[in-house]
Amino acid sequence: MKSKIVHTEGSAGVVDPLSGDDDIIVIEHVYKSYGKTQALVDANLRVKRGDVCLIFGPSGGGKSTLLRCINHLEKPDSGAIIVDGIPVSDARTNIDLVRAEVGMVFQLFNLFPHLTVLANVTIAQEKVRRRSKKEAEQVALELLERVGIPEKADAYPGQLSGGQKQRVAIARALAMNPKIMLFDEPTSALDPEMIKEVLDVMLDLAKEGMTMVVVSHEMGFAKAAADCMVFLEGGRVIEEGTPEELFSNPKEDRTRLFLSQILE
Amino acid sequence: MAVATETEKSRPKLIPWTEKIAGLPWWALLILLGGVLIVYFIYTSPTYQDAFWFLISGVRLTILVSLASFVLSLIFGLILGMGRVSKNVIFYTISSVYVEVVRGIPILVLLIYVAYVVTPIGLQFANALGSFMLQNLAIGPVARLAEYLANLDIQGVDMLVRATIGLAFAYAAFEAEVFRAGIQSIERGQMEAARSLGMSYFQGMRYIILPQAIRRVLPPLGNDFIAILKDSSLLSVLAVRELTHLGKLNRARTFRTFETWNTVAFLYLILTLSLSVLVKVMERRMSFEE
Repeated sequence: MKSKIVHTEGSAGVVDPLSGDDDIIVIEHVYKSYGKTQALVDANLRVKRGDVCLIFGPSGGGKSTLLRCINHLEKPDSGAIIVDGIPVSDARTNIDLVRAEVGMVFQLFNLFPHLTVLANVTIAQEKVRRRSKKEAEQVALELLERVGIPEKADAYPGQLSGGQKQRVAIARALAMNPKIMLFDEPTSALDPEMIKEVLDVMLDLAKEGMTMVVVSHEMGFAKAAADCMVFLEGGRVIEEGTPEELFSNPKEDRTRLFLSQILE
Repeated sequence: MAVATETEKSRPKLIPWTEKIAGLPWWALLILLGGVLIVYFIYTSPTYQDAFWFLISGVRLTILVSLASFVLSLIFGLILGMGRVSKNVIFYTISSVYVEVVRGIPILVLLIYVAYVVTPIGLQFANALGSFMLQNLAIGPVARLAEYLANLDIQGVDMLVRATIGLAFAYAAFEAEVFRAGIQSIERGQMEAARSLGMSYFQGMRYIILPQAIRRVLPPLGNDFIAILKDSSLLSVLAVRELTHLGKLNRARTFRTFETWNTVAFLYLILTLSLSVLVKVMERRMSFEE
C-alpha cells in the first residue's frame, strides 16, 4: 500500500502513474542548465523505499544539482520528479509539504548560528510540524543522544567542531521524521578524524531502513551500506548499479577509470 | 600605538616620551576643552545662560522627532528592504521605485513636498473615503471613524506630524538599503536549510534570516539614527520648534548671534558624540560575538 504525503485534506498533488509502488523517488528525463552550461542532461533515477543510493562522479558533473532537484531547491528546466507519489515540479504542489518529509544535510552544515543546538533541532518541529515546545525538545534531546552529543544541547553552533556540527545537522533533519534523507557531500568539509563520527551516524540510519540519497566519494560507506550507486558525469547518468557490480565489473570505461582514481 | 622599528629604537631620543605623547587621543581632549569652554560660558555669562535655557526645550523636541521618525523609518524600511530582495515582481518594483526616487531627492525638498503636497492630497483621499463610508457602511464604530475621516481638516494635521512623517519617508529609503544589505549578507545556505525543513519563505525570513540580518545591521542603523538627529534640523524650515528653529528665534529675539549658534552647535555635538560612543561600544560587542 502506498503511503502518500498528506497533511491536510485535499493537499499535495496527483499520484503519477510513472511511480511504481516501490520507487519513492522517480526522476525522469530531467534537464537543467545554468546559462550555457548544462548541469543535467536527460537524468533518470529511481530509488526504492528503504534503499541507500550513492551518487558519485567528478566535480561539476551535476551530482549536487540532481540531489537538490529532489527537494526542489533547484528547479529543473524540464522532466518529471516524483517524490512519494507527488510531482514536485508541479505548480499545484505545495512544495513545503514535500520538503517537510525530505530531510537534507549540507556540505557546509548550514546550522542556524543565532540559535542554540537544541533550538536548531526544535525550530522546524514547532513552526512546521506545530509540535509543542515541550514535545519538540523531547524529540530533539533524544536525537542529540542518538547522534552522540546530548551534552551540547545548550551550546551555539560556533562552539562545535565540524563533525559535531554535521551531526547536529543530521539530528535537525531527522527531527521532522522525514521519509527520505538527502546528503550533499556530508563529509567533504570535515577533517579526516571527524569523518568517521558522521559516517557512523549515517550507517546507523541506513541500517534502520531510512531511504537515503547520498552525494559522496566515501567508497567505504558505499560498500558497507549502499544498495545502488550512480555515476554522473557531464550531467548524464553514465552508469548505475549495485556496489558489487560497479566495484568489480563496471560496464563503462569511464566509471572504471574514475573508480580506480579515487580508490587507489 | 606606533610600533618602533629597529632603526627608530636604536636612535637616541631627544626628548623621552615623545612617542607616547603623540599616541594619546589629543582630538578627544581638544573637543573636551571646547566643551568645557562653552560650559564655562553658559555658567558665567548671562547671555549664554539665556540662550541655553531658551534652546533646551528644542533639544527635547529634536530627540522626540528623531526617535519617532526613526522608528517609523525602521518599519517602512524593513518592509521596503524585504521588497528589494523579493522575487515577487510587483513588490520588488514598488520598493525599488520608492528607494531610487526618494534617495534621489534632497531631504529638504522631500520634507517640503510631504508637508505641502502629499499631506493635502492624502487628506482629500481620507475625506472622500470617509464620506463614502458614511454613505455605505456607517455602522457602530465604523461610523465614528468615517465621520472622523470625512471631517478631517488640513489645519488638523499638525506641521510637526507632517515633518516627522516626511523625515521618516526619507530615511525609510536608506534603512531599506541597510536591511537589504543585511539580508543579502546572510549566506544563501541559511534560507536553503530553512526551506529544506519545510519552512515557507516567510517563516525562513522571520525565524532564520531576519534575526541574523538585524543583529548584523545594528551598528549602521545606529549611525543612521545619528544622521536623522542631525537632519531633524531641516524641520526648522517648516517652523517646527526643534533646536535649530529655536536657535533662529533666539537670535531674532536677542540679536546674540555668536552665543546662540555656539550653544546650538554645542547641544547637537553633545547628542551626536554621546550616541556615536554608544554605537562604537555596540560595534565592539558585535565583533566579539562573531
